[in-house]
Amino acid sequence: MLAALAAPLIAPHDPYAQDVSRRLIPPIWQAKGTWDHVLGTDKLGRDYLSRLLYGGQISLLIGISAALISGLIGTVLGLCAGYFGGWVDSVVSYIVTTRLAMPVVLVALAMAALVGGSLKVVVLVLGFLLWDRFAVVTRAATQQIRNQDFVSAARAAGLTDLRIIRQEILPNIMNALIVVATLEMAHAILLEAALSFLGLGVQPPLPSWGLMIAEGKQYMFFQPWVITIPGVALLLLVLAINLLGDGLRDITAPEARN
Amino acid sequence: MLAFTFRRVLVALAVALTVSVASFLLLHLSGDLATAIAGPEATGPQIAQIRQDYGLDQPLLTQFLTWGWRALHLDFGNSFYFRESVIDLLAARLPITLYLGIIALAVALFVAIPLGVVAAVKRDTWIDRTALAVSVLGQAMPSFWFGLTLILIFSVNLRWLPVSGNATWKNFVLPAVALGYYAMPAVMRLTRNGMLEVLASDYVRTARAKGLPPRKILVRHALRNAVIPVIALSAVQFGFMLGGSIVIEAVFSLQGLGQLAWESIARNDFPVVQAIVLVLAMIYIGLTLAADLLNAFLDPRLRQA
Repeated sequence: MLAALAAPLIAPHDPYAQDVSRRLIPPIWQAKGTWDHVLGTDKLGRDYLSRLLYGGQISLLIGISAALISGLIGTVLGLCAGYFGGWVDSVVSYIVTTRLAMPVVLVALAMAALVGGSLKVVVLVLGFLLWDRFAVVTRAATQQIRNQDFVSAARAAGLTDLRIIRQEILPNIMNALIVVATLEMAHAILLEAALSFLGLGVQPPLPSWGLMIAEGKQYMFFQPWVITIPGVALLLLVLAINLLGDGLRDITAPEARN
Repeated sequence: MLAFTFRRVLVALAVALTVSVASFLLLHLSGDLATAIAGPEATGPQIAQIRQDYGLDQPLLTQFLTWGWRALHLDFGNSFYFRESVIDLLAARLPITLYLGIIALAVALFVAIPLGVVAAVKRDTWIDRTALAVSVLGQAMPSFWFGLTLILIFSVNLRWLPVSGNATWKNFVLPAVALGYYAMPAVMRLTRNGMLEVLASDYVRTARAKGLPPRKILVRHALRNAVIPVIALSAVQFGFMLGGSIVIEAVFSLQGLGQLAWESIARNDFPVVQAIVLVLAMIYIGLTLAADLLNAFLDPRLRQA
């Protein structure tokens, strides 16, 4: 993750610079590799390591922004459902059920295709589709603390619902929200890669890992590393984010372990 | 039980209606369909003609009611691309996706349930930790890349299995593994946690005290109870797998529903896309309904909800 953030500083080459005379140079651990291009070059002669680092930036950007949008939607829905209960709760639960019944990949693809695939569209589409877990978790967490003494005290003191939610409830469910946010970040990154792989996500020449795998697909029988490298990078990034989430949960809620 | 079933079916129908409205709106509000169908070179009058031909000049509500009324009679109109009725296309492709989904689920259960049981019995040993690591890795693995890697290993290097197509059962092995791996972590964790809970229960202790052989206790008493929620989860996972098979089918060039959806999206063939979204949503709703009812049938406490 750090490497992706520092991409402009450590990338050895311009990720967009093409050099057709230096196409598909293998990475350093193979016979014909050079130190000049540690992870080799792609079909247009672009440095693979530089593209990998910038691709990581894009993955993180998409993961974080999509998690923020979906977090906002899901948290508002979940807070309303958990705090007010009754018919509001029924309505929100119904919306969540409906959302779960829609095939995410398919709907995201169709929307991205209609609006035209781009970074912004992918973030918005994923943000508007991945809020279900936020809503479910927020609802459950809010229900747990809604009737505790400090909330009743705030209500007795005449605070408005909005202030109670903001000052008493939100700070207490923040930990759970952060854990969900890491999970959804990972989820969004994987979905973005799949969308880009299918050609309807981030568009070339931007370096997205899913796109790199799609571009490498036709060469993979002769040069397996063109898909192995971005794939492993994707796996490691998502793994790191998931473990971060697990770690945060263990710190904030030790009893939830196992 | 009857009242519960009735209520659940009613909710499922309402959800189905909402999903069809939502999928209809999403497609119609995301962009101008007529312009998308006509393509980049079309002139103004041509676009207007298309708009009229496909009824896109009607108010949205009229369009939806027409579409919904026809969909109720399983008439999804004609494909823009194939000049063939959408329902015939779906009928030709759906079995392949269902077949893939069933094998994938079988693979997932076949690996995940024994793994979950062993992890629970050998709790906190290296076996348990390895199983956990496999499930964490599974959640982080992009399915399309896993599919490509499987092709590299088993088709290119070992030459055991074909790369793509859907001619024989051999073509389904790799895609089923790639798709099934995605469902494994959840099934494994649920089995493990269920087994841990059951193994600590009184009746298992009684069975042990009676001196029954450990294997018999494990299978006859413990697994039988722990596996109930797993069945319900499997139904839901099966629904997710059908939705997720679009990526796997693209990797392996399986001519199933997912591949049709992907190609139709690329061709702006909206009647097909819309029908596929609806069919997949219906299958998912049916599966969750079945899972809910099964759970409630087995565990009367749930019928209150």
